[in-house]
This record gives sequence, C-alpha cells and structure tokens, in this order.
Amino acid sequence: MAKANVTFEDINITVSVPAGTRVIEVSEKVGAGITYGCREGDCGTCIMKVTDGWQHLTEPSVLEDKVLRENMAGKHNRLACQAQILGGNISVKPA
Amino acid sequence: MVDSDNNAPAAVALSERVYWIGAFDPDLRSFDIILKTANGTSYNAYLVRGSEGVAIIDTVKEGFAGDFFARLETVADYAEIKVIVLNHLEPDHTGALPELMRRAPQAQLFISQKAQTMLKALLKRDKLNFTPVLTGDKVSLGDRSLEFLHTPYLHWPDTQCTYVPEEKTLFSGDVFGCHFCDTRLFNDEAGDFRFSFEYYYAHIMRPFKDYVIRALELIEPLQLDLIAPTHGPILRDRPKRYVRRYREMSQPSLSTDKQAKARTLLIFYISSYGNTRRMAEAIYAGVMSVAGVRVSLYDLEGGEVSPFVDLIEDADGLLFGTPTINGDAVKPVWDLLSSLTVVNLKNKLGGVFGSYGWSGEAVRLVEDRLRGLKLRVPIQGLRVKLIPTEEELEQCHRFGRELAQELLGLREARVIDFAELTSS
Repeated sequence: MAKANVTFEDINITVSVPAGTRVIEVSEKVGAGITYGCREGDCGTCIMKVTDGWQHLTEPSVLEDKVLRENMAGKHNRLACQAQILGGNISVKPA
Repeated sequence: MVDSDNNAPAAVALSERVYWIGAFDPDLRSFDIILKTANGTSYNAYLVRGSEGVAIIDTVKEGFAGDFFARLETVADYAEIKVIVLNHLEPDHTGALPELMRRAPQAQLFISQKAQTMLKALLKRDKLNFTPVLTGDKVSLGDRSLEFLHTPYLHWPDTQCTYVPEEKTLFSGDVFGCHFCDTRLFNDEAGDFRFSFEYYYAHIMRPFKDYVIRALELIEPLQLDLIAPTHGPILRDRPKRYVRRYREMSQPSLSTDKQAKARTLLIFYISSYGNTRRMAEAIYAGVMSVAGVRVSLYDLEGGEVSPFVDLIEDADGLLFGTPTINGDAVKPVWDLLSSLTVVNLKNKLGGVFGSYGWSGEAVRLVEDRLRGLKLRVPIQGLRVKLIPTEEELEQCHRFGRELAQELLGLREARVIDFAELTSS
C-alpha cells in the first residue's frame, strides 16, 4: 500500500501512514493539538493549517468549502476530519 | 414594566430614541439546565429609532412574544421597521423572530458571519434573506447608526455586539448579562444583582475567556453611556465598571513574573489499597526531576470538585490516576471529569494511570474521555496489575519525566509508523 508522511508540527512527530488515511485518524492517537467537535465536517472545530504539501490532500468538498468560508478560514486551512492524505509529505498544525 | 392605567405592557425609554421592548420571566428557576436563578430572568429586546427607520435588536423567548409585540406596538409601527439585528440566535432571543419577520417582511435581517448555518437550522427555511456582518460593518438609520462588533463564542459561535455611536450605547447580547428579574430594569434601581452577574459569567462566559479578552479589545475603546444586555439589568450607572470586571475575571491568575516559562501539572488520583497512590507518588517524583514544571499531587478523596475545577482551569497538564472497579473508572474521577464544561481544556496535556485487579479498563476509558474533552493525550497511559513492583515504579517515574518533558516541549522529533498507534 502506498505510504505518506504527515508531520504534526506542534508536537514534532511525523507519522508514516497508508495513503487514504484521514488526518483525524492519526492526530488524536498521536496527541497533536488539533481538536474535534462534530467529527463530520459541520462545526469547524478541527480547522488546521496545512503548512506544507497541501496538494497531497484530497480536494475539499463543497460542504467543507462552505464550512471553511463561514469560519473565515485562511489560505491552506482544512478540516482535519475531512482531509485525506493521498501521498508524499505534508505538515500540519492547529489553525 | 406595566402601565398603571390599563395593565398593558409598555416600552421603556432608555433615551429619546432607544426603547426596551423585552419581557420578564420571574418564574424561571433553571436556565439551559446548567444555571439556577432564584428570581427568574428577563429577555431584553430593544428598539432604536433613526430619522430613516427603526431597528429591532434581538427578540424574546417564544412564550413571551405577546409582551414583546405589545411593547413594540407602543412605540413603532411594523411598517417602520427597516432592520432586525440578531446578536445571538439562542431560542430565548429568537423565539419571536418568525412572527416578527411575518409582521415586518420588509425588514432586512443582520446576523454575524458565523450565524448563517445556525439561522437556517433555526428557521428551517432554505431561502432566507439576511446580511452577514463583521466588525466594521455599519447600517444607517439616518441620524442613528448601527455598528457591528464580531465577538464570537460569547457564548455561542454566532454571537456579536451592536453599537450605536450617536447614543454611546452597546447592545451586548449575553455579554454583561445575568439572570436577574427586576422590573425596575436599570442597574442603579434594581436590587443587588452582583452575585447573579458573577455567577452568570462563571457559567456562561468562563469557558471562553480567550474570546472574552478579544471582545474586550473591541469594547474597551468605545465611549459607553449605557450597556444593554439581553438578560438582567440595563447598565447605565458606571457601565465601564462591568467591562473592567469582565477583564479582571478573564485574566489568567496563576502566572508569575519569576517563573514565566514554568508549566503547571496537576496529578489527581484515588486509591483503594494504596497501589494507584504509589504509582501517583512515583510519577510525581518523576515530574519533579524535570526543572520548570510546577507539579501538585491531590488525592480526590480529600477534596471537593469545585476548587479542583478552578485549579484545572489554569493548569497546563492534568494526570488522572484511577483503579478499575467492575470494569470502570471510579465515580470521584468521573464526577470531576463531568464538571469541566465551565473551563477551557483545549490543548491541555492529559495522561492517565492506575492499578487494577484483573481487566484494567479504567485507564483507556478515561483517556478517551480526555480526548473527548479536547485534551491531547500523546503518551499512552500506564497500567499496573495490583501491587507495583520496583521496576513498575521506575516505569512510573519515567512516565512522569516524559510527561514533564512533553509539557516543556523538550521531547525530540520522532518518526513513527501508523501501525504503532493503531496496535495499542
């Protein structure tokens, strides 16, 4: 299975994950500072900043785009409960 | 306020152009499940009259809509209403909104940027005309104007305040409010509501202190003759005093000048045969071996929940030690963990440990709860079967050291495989 690396900058840990993994599946277990509310792309609690490799995440859905807009999210901010890691290296931190 | 001639509710003038058109609810004893009130509350709604139209700012709880409309009708016609502002969408302030929109269909609705999906969920309509606003946005009523302040999370994501500069009046939503019902309405005439003001802050605003401070940055520079909140007395006597009190209550109280970089860690434990206690003491010693962490050790049997909640609010890290009894953590641990909604726990460091007899579920259950409370739990909890050996106490010591290092950001960069996380 294709692998990818996701680095959680706030805790300085890189996790090697199978392609297709959602950030939420990793960040909670590793103890990163991204926090979750509804866990289904509605509340915006888990907005994270993708500092590197944002092109290696799945494109945001129409729903995710709307939630990001209403929460006035900045450039390269994503919902950690929605974004799936496709490959390569990405770095994230709490927004 | 009741008109003495015919007992009909009437609007109360706050100035020549501003009126209170809310409702009193003296029988309420419990609000939002989490608050008590010994003399009820008020749902404060307001009307501002400009030379080119009228604005309604907030409404009331649905069951009190009759009083609201009756008061409104004593000072304005529905056709004059140009603007409806919702500073907060909670049902106690929007209960009369659908009927108000029906009676004044020409009125434009102004809500905060973050209120949009909430408004749709509240009114259950797809096609809604509204204008989302942020700090700096303004609406003119001719010789009066409304300026919006984006003050989210006080105490919902949608909350905002509205300022009328020509009146030096702030319509603050739930901020500076309290559950206190007094028909004399003004803070200089109402009974002593200091307790209600502080109690309301402690239960409603306290979890959002960071957002309170951000809102105060917008509010403190304003010229204020009057603060008009959505509950409790209207603050016309020394309104800035309440702003200062909010500032005082929102500042962190534990920080010191001498140890500005120190981190605080609290260890709570409870123990039936002393085994979890011995683990706690070894972890405590491990934490103390790292300079820069102020650590405290507390036996839950010797304390009450409320003061512990106060300690937790200012701490950077929390450890919980619990035995497993009949497959669960014990009640004093859950009691404390179920009392933390009044404080902000986001990003605090969490950890769990405990001795057990045969299955030891408690540690994992409490870890899951800590994650649910938005703590980060980066180091897997420590479980010891019955009496800890010297080697296991050494493990506890290391656990304490690692947590202290984590708290200080001293752990080195690591690369791990996903399988390591999912196998535990």
